[in-house]
Amino acid sequence: MCSWITEKTGIVAHGKGVSEWISLRTANVYYDHPASAPLDHALIIDFLNETEGPGARVAVELSAESARALVRAIEAALAAGEQCHESTSRTHTKERKTETADERR
Amino acid sequence: MYEGMIAETITISGHGGDAIEAYFARPLGSVGLPGVVVFHHMPGWDEWSKEVTRKLAFHGYAALCPHLFSRHGPGRWDDLAAAARAAGGVSDAQVMGDAKGAMDYLRNQPYASGRVGVIGFCSGGRQAYMAACTLPGLDAAVDCWGGRVVARPEELNERQPRAVIDMTPDMACSLLGIFGNDDGNPDVEQVNRIEAELTKHGKTYEFHRYDGAGHGFFAVDRPGYRPEQAVDGWKKVLSFFERYLRTD
Repeated sequence: MCSWITEKTGIVAHGKGVSEWISLRTANVYYDHPASAPLDHALIIDFLNETEGPGARVAVELSAESARALVRAIEAALAAGEQCHESTSRTHTKERKTETADERR
Repeated sequence: MYEGMIAETITISGHGGDAIEAYFARPLGSVGLPGVVVFHHMPGWDEWSKEVTRKLAFHGYAALCPHLFSRHGPGRWDDLAAAARAAGGVSDAQVMGDAKGAMDYLRNQPYASGRVGVIGFCSGGRQAYMAACTLPGLDAAVDCWGGRVVARPEELNERQPRAVIDMTPDMACSLLGIFGNDDGNPDVEQVNRIEAELTKHGKTYEFHRYDGAGHGFFAVDRPGYRPEQAVDGWKKVLSFFERYLRTD
């Protein structure tokens, strides 16, 4: 089942989007001078699809503190989400087995 | 001051004869103009780099800023900077070839005096230092906080095979260096090493080091901008170019 488990964190960042959903194949991660965020250095993530040209790029530039907060949020969301989905999956499997046993009877 | 100017994007012949973009600004109606090649900083061929190019035109120079990531285009300047990074960066040989193309373009204009200097910021400062050591016929070079002029062996690779500081014996023009004492790249110790190398080889140079300033303190659109130090630094730059690019 789907859940509403969400980790929320405040960030200092700039982002660059595209108008439509695009497939992304590479994430380049680096800490350097940003193009847009008003920071000396930023943790920059370029999500790219190099086969679609340089404009196929979703980019974020985060302060170092925001980037660390994001890492924690990602880890927390994965841990909580995976645990929730695992237990839901076990319940489903158990329910399916019970149904099969009932059908046999 | 030269208040009338033309500023535009043009195409020049870069390294290997490749057609690359360049931002060009020059005073209107003047002849005998010295030229300046502008190396943009690492974030790319951005608005501020073009402001610098126009500032030099305002002070009487034909200024040309080649787009060092142009080959990854067409596209937005920041996307092309990201594409250049994704490809592993640009090689020193390519950048010097592009700079040579820009120098040739400037010298071939009917209003050119024939004298040409370079100025670069951040990674471009390193490239300006390298140009002073490797491009024949250059008349002056300005290195603004060029990082990794001093390079550890593990920082060298196929694209950047040689530490720029080791090229110092071949420096063939005068050098101006502008640095912030709070900068981490180059830090004070690295600037000391560069200065010692220049002294050791008897090069003509002047360094200005600013307290209360870090990396990129000329850049008005970044938090490292330090107006007092930047205003003085620009005076030093313009005075240096006046001395080496306008005198016969």
